[in-house]
Amino acid sequence: MAVVFDKPHALCDVPTHYCPGCTHGIIHRLVAEVMDELGIEGNSVGVFPVGCSVLAYNYFECDMVGAPHGRAPAVATGVKRARPDSVVFTYQGDGDLAAIGTCETVHAAARGENITVIFVNNTIYGMTGGQMAPTTMPGQVTQTTPYGREPEIQGYPVKMCEMLSTLEGTALAQRVSVDNPAHIREAKKAIKKAFENQINKKGFSIVEVLSTCPTNWGMSPVDALERVRTEMIPYFPLGVYKDEAVWNKEEKAD
Amino acid sequence: MERVLMKGNEALAEAAIRAGCKCFFAYPITPQTEVAAYLAKNMKKRDITFLQAESEIAAVNMVLGASSAGVRTMTSSSSPGISLKSEGVSYIAGSDLPAVIVNVQRGGPGLGSIQPSQSDYWQATKALGHGDFQLIVFAPASVQETVDMTIRAFEEADRYRMPVMILTDGFLGQMMEPVSFSDEAPVIEEKDWACSGHKGERKHNIINSLFLQPDDLEHSVNERYKRYDIIKEKIHDAEIYKCEDADIVLAAYGTTARVAKSAVNQAREKGIKAGLFRPKTLWPFPVEEFRSACANAKTVLSVEMSQGQMVEDLRLALDCRLPVEFYGRHGGNIPSPAEVLEQIEKISERSL
Amino acid sequence: MISINFERCKGCGLCVSACPKKIISLSEEKHNQKGYYPAVCTDNEKCISCALCAMMCPDCAIKVEKGE
Repeated sequence: MAVVFDKPHALCDVPTHYCPGCTHGIIHRLVAEVMDELGIEGNSVGVFPVGCSVLAYNYFECDMVGAPHGRAPAVATGVKRARPDSVVFTYQGDGDLAAIGTCETVHAAARGENITVIFVNNTIYGMTGGQMAPTTMPGQVTQTTPYGREPEIQGYPVKMCEMLSTLEGTALAQRVSVDNPAHIREAKKAIKKAFENQINKKGFSIVEVLSTCPTNWGMSPVDALERVRTEMIPYFPLGVYKDEAVWNKEEKAD
Repeated sequence: MERVLMKGNEALAEAAIRAGCKCFFAYPITPQTEVAAYLAKNMKKRDITFLQAESEIAAVNMVLGASSAGVRTMTSSSSPGISLKSEGVSYIAGSDLPAVIVNVQRGGPGLGSIQPSQSDYWQATKALGHGDFQLIVFAPASVQETVDMTIRAFEEADRYRMPVMILTDGFLGQMMEPVSFSDEAPVIEEKDWACSGHKGERKHNIINSLFLQPDDLEHSVNERYKRYDIIKEKIHDAEIYKCEDADIVLAAYGTTARVAKSAVNQAREKGIKAGLFRPKTLWPFPVEEFRSACANAKTVLSVEMSQGQMVEDLRLALDCRLPVEFYGRHGGNIPSPAEVLEQIEKISERSL
Repeated sequence: MISINFERCKGCGLCVSACPKKIISLSEEKHNQKGYYPAVCTDNEKCISCALCAMMCPDCAIKVEKGE
């Protein structure tokens, strides 16, 4: 028998704390698969955030550093500047990256910091029980927008890829989804590119992954994926927002 | 060892380079400006990284990252900036990471002033951030001591895996004095806990301050406090000046200790038996040194550029056996020797 | 053919809806130690080893193999 599909090496062989059907698990696996394929596990340092993925240090086999809420890009900058040959990535949710950590995110990108950012957008604060996130969509019901997000009161969501694509320091800004196998393949390609960019010293790379939160959305995992397709993707369109080397432009990627 | 004339802040920066500081992150703020400027100017020829961060918060978290990666690292700021860094310092302490934090104090609260101050004593010694933790706090009183303490700060930070603060002020930072540097290269041990890639040779390292199980967090904090007990035994230092027969012992650190020393000399000329106790470490507080300085004292006078933040530590060190009086100027004002002498004379007259 | 890690599976059902051959269903009576009703393969003979189930599995609970 030939193995067609199995757990990647860079993913720890442990059960995760994520709720049933939460797509964090898929995104973790894609990052680990990319680490395997590029052979970088032993040279990688992951920076984990505050939020549902705060326990990511239990799930990746590479070295892991914990950052205060939102500060992962600053922590990753510190690691990268100290060890320029390491492969440094952050794994952050929407509250972490697009609310409390907006400043760190924007400036890491503006600096063209040669790091990889995996941004998981599920339009809600999951860990604290489902409050409004910076990416919560107009009309979306959360614990702190019980009548639905009203832009007149709570303002509009932040579209990070669109915003970051305006910065000179951003090498890659791409939004992907993991709602079906075709999209998952696309997401993996994007994540791989974001790591390759770093290896080839191309600049700041962010992959925004549209993700689910069945528990706090109050949906079954299957219905949650349907919401990604019918509500999120139209509002947060998938695609490459910027793909242009910041540094090392002449050298072709491997 | 050649002697050169240097500003306190620049000497501090030079000392950091010589101590093997590889990464320095900071955000512009007065009156620490020269630390960053000096390191920026020297980064290329001295092979260090200087990065001006987008905020004080980002700067301290870059320190967290660089320290996690196993290099010697530092950030410097002044009072309002240190408040912003408190979150990061708490995480650094909770993650058992070495780091050097410089506070060139200015007046507060709020935006306060840009003049020298000592009103961050409580912040530095009691509660720089949430949770149970301490920093080792060095308080230099001269440019030479700023240099020596900076080098020591990096060593102690590595030894005990914790943040160490240099608590100086706008006066010490801006003033020029002759200073000499040792040519000795720093001895930096390999950090097997650092996160710089496991190279397939070990299990992954994790730098973390999260412990969801109460027993785990309690254990982690207890272990840290066991280290603090060792530090309390090993790191405590003070200068004791003319205290053997002193009736009045002045207690002052940093800039105000220089003023107090002049006042002590002037008091002696007038026949008043005054002495000076100058803590060089504020945490751990040099309790034994203070007790011995007060062996024959009748009164203690704390001289500070604050509203008297050190007074409580003095009383506690003496178990409240002696009256501890206070004289201070603040808001950017520095007490003059004449003002302090007047206080000494008042106390002296009263007790006669 | 697929093998589903009974203890690792959280019974979310994403594999059930991904399977083109409709040979995965959630266990109805047997639950695992965590109390989840895991997915089970009802007819491994029909499996075409497309691995769509494994791709959708958030818990890496599915291993896919192909016969010689």
